[in-house]
Amino acid sequence: MGRILLVCRLAVRDLRRRPAEAALLLLAITTATTALTLGSVLHGVTSEPYQATREATAGPDVVASVAPAGDGRPADVASLRALAEAPGVVAASGPYPYGQTIVEANGVTATAWTQGRDTDPVRVDQPALTDGTWVHDGGAVLEAGFAAALGVGAGDQITVDGESFRVAGVAVTAAADPYPKVCFAPCRSGETLEDVPEDLPVDPADLPGGPGGTSGPPAPSPAEPPVGPPISEAFPLGAAGIVGPSGLLWLTEADARGLFADQDSLGYVVNLALADPAGASEFVDAHGPQGAAAVEPAAPTLATWTSILGEHDRIVEQKRVTLLVGSWLLSGLAVASIVVLVGGRLADRLRRVGLLKAVGGSPSLIAAVLLAEHAAVALLAAAAGLTVGRVTAPLLTEPGASLLGRAGEVPFTLATIGLVVAVALGIAGLATLVPALRAARTTTASALADTARPPRRMAWLIAMSARMPTPLLLAVRVAARRPRRTLLGIVGIAITVTGIVAALAAHAHRAAERAPGADPRTELSEVLLLITVMLVVQAAVNAICIVWATTIDAKRSSALARVLGATPGQVSVGLSVAQMLPALAGALLGLAGGIGLAEFLDDDAVTIPPVWQLIALLLGCVLVIAALTATPARIGARRPAMEVLHGERP
Amino acid sequence: MVVSEPMTRMGPILCTRGLQMRYGQGTGLVRALDGVDLQVAPGETVAVMGPSGSGKSTLLHLLGGLDRPSAGEVWLGGRRIDGLSERALSRLRRQHIGFVFQSFHLLEELTAAENVELPALLAGQSPRTARRRAVELLERVGLADRAGHLPSELSGGQRQRVAIARALSNQPLVVLADEPTGNLDSAATVEVLRLLDHLRAAGQTFVIVTHDARVGATADRLLTMRDGVLVEETRLTRGGNGQLAALAGLEG
Repeated sequence: MGRILLVCRLAVRDLRRRPAEAALLLLAITTATTALTLGSVLHGVTSEPYQATREATAGPDVVASVAPAGDGRPADVASLRALAEAPGVVAASGPYPYGQTIVEANGVTATAWTQGRDTDPVRVDQPALTDGTWVHDGGAVLEAGFAAALGVGAGDQITVDGESFRVAGVAVTAAADPYPKVCFAPCRSGETLEDVPEDLPVDPADLPGGPGGTSGPPAPSPAEPPVGPPISEAFPLGAAGIVGPSGLLWLTEADARGLFADQDSLGYVVNLALADPAGASEFVDAHGPQGAAAVEPAAPTLATWTSILGEHDRIVEQKRVTLLVGSWLLSGLAVASIVVLVGGRLADRLRRVGLLKAVGGSPSLIAAVLLAEHAAVALLAAAAGLTVGRVTAPLLTEPGASLLGRAGEVPFTLATIGLVVAVALGIAGLATLVPALRAARTTTASALADTARPPRRMAWLIAMSARMPTPLLLAVRVAARRPRRTLLGIVGIAITVTGIVAALAAHAHRAAERAPGADPRTELSEVLLLITVMLVVQAAVNAICIVWATTIDAKRSSALARVLGATPGQVSVGLSVAQMLPALAGALLGLAGGIGLAEFLDDDAVTIPPVWQLIALLLGCVLVIAALTATPARIGARRPAMEVLHGERP
Repeated sequence: MVVSEPMTRMGPILCTRGLQMRYGQGTGLVRALDGVDLQVAPGETVAVMGPSGSGKSTLLHLLGGLDRPSAGEVWLGGRRIDGLSERALSRLRRQHIGFVFQSFHLLEELTAAENVELPALLAGQSPRTARRRAVELLERVGLADRAGHLPSELSGGQRQRVAIARALSNQPLVVLADEPTGNLDSAATVEVLRLLDHLRAAGQTFVIVTHDARVGATADRLLTMRDGVLVEETRLTRGGNGQLAALAGLEG
């Protein structure tokens, strides 16, 4: 007990003696634990709102849709009717006709899958109204996510393919993917439909075939017969027959059919309730088209409720993965910061270790004191990270307008707390282990003499630097003295730039999708921004730790260089450049790493951020490091040289 | 207004007038130097001795432009240096002053040759010229065969000889040495004293601060300081001061 008290007392006193270092440590670990908390609690938060929506709307277990083959024959509605009567199906609704239309509201133009529905309630997939009333003649109901993107509600006016409709209501459904990922045949659920024609019309009236224009759909290319659902008369037929991010709206069947001159061009959808909802995948395997038939344009598309849940989950899942990856990046940076902080501190305060040893402290006591100090900071950081994570998580777990319910209670379990605390302690333990061992192994005499750890020699760098101007010569030699610290500097910046480039790539990807209106996936951009800010803060902490340790470590060689004729300006520039060179190398590595990470995290092809952003990031990184290092480097270079040299022992 | 006067052939290479250095204020005022007048002729070796705290090292720092005096003047090579900017002092040090320290202050990651060539590189000489000069100097101090060794691979005496070679790198007007044998054993001390004697004979000017009477014995002039004031001056002749020469181990 006495020994534990002694260790605690020594640890607390040491922390109190250096509050700034303790604060830097705390900040470094807290950013990592916050991101980890957010990443952990986001897991599965969409399941409950989707289930609530499914129950409220009598959500289907399987949604089957079919489109015309494109050779003039109508869609195979009989295949849908057969599915509705297949063994295991206990209820069904439909077939409902649908087609793609252009919707305009509040100056926003978007494509939408328009379904013709019964005016009476049905047993399967009866969208639940969140505003207004159900469809009636001349009255449209918009899926809630789509309505939010367009910024409309009940009573507003919209145009569908140039025809005016009043918004009768807004509703949620569990039978479709969320806006802008709504997908019916020939789109296969889960596929990405991102190609938007460059000439997406703003005003359907201006389009060929639009109101006042020639009637009938545009002529299909003879080489590529049109496939997929009917494209409205107003809309130009794309190469695949399907365009862009789309929303969902419901009209009466008569209103829907009225939008399309050629009734044979309509697609149809049925919603099936199974006796065993858990067996939805097996049902699809048994009754869906198999092999080559599955990719035929005329083949029905079958989507299970779990795959639809997956699409709803995907938005939050992307946030979760982003936060988890971000938390690991931040943890890596935190370890780098702590290694530098602890290592630099040890080099600076080895005499204290000697004193402890001289009065009988054992190597294990020294290690215990160091570990206790950092474990205390880690626990505090874990508590701070959990608190900040808990407070901010609800902002990121909003299920979106497309689902009922709100993520009021974030799942905050003991497992989450245990994981965050374990990671925080792990960071502190790993980072403290090597310096603690080094302190324990240092002889008492050496420690009392405060002998600096001998620097490394990198002969080729020393030889190369002889040809450089004085500041660069000093910079290269300062960097070469501590290759591990230089490597940590490179890794730190590489991690930061990797995270930022991946965020930029994801942002560029979202921008390229161009979902009209308020895209619900912009919440992901907020997460990316959060991670970016945390990475930048962590990188700044890391840079300050490194320059602080470097300034202390290089004080003797800097003082000697000044005695031998280097000016304070040359020395301070040298110290700054010693940080900027690794920063440049790290930033270049990070550019490649960021693109790789974006590729790894996204199923879609990666979108390279604009070149100007990458160049700005590269230059910004180096300039920020220069700014951060300028002051400590200047202070270090202006300390009286002989005071430094006299403070050193041989 | 201070006028820089070119040094005459026989005039002092280094000179101070009324040099004062004070720290603190009021009752805490410390007069580290209190009106020191000193002249060092070209090729002369001056040893400054005295008890700890007498102001020897402070004097050396002011002579080397590492600090600025509270009052008084410092002249080097006919140029007044006490009012120069930090940048000008840096240039002055790399061109005209060599330093030797008790603790050697060699950079441990650099070989002997790399340590010796460093001042030349800082002065902007080409790597080839700097290395050639370093090799010459290492030959001169008897360490040509140790050029590629790290300081940790050299004895104390050898390290100090490398430090002396480094001090000579830019052919300085004067070498300022602070306790050059303070960390050496007897054998190494003799080794270094022989080298200093050899360099003195070749015309190099030295100002050496020391506690060691054997070092003082190698000088042309021995100054004694106490409480920031030069209290005694003794002119030494090696041939006429056999006892000191023997004490220094330089006889025979």
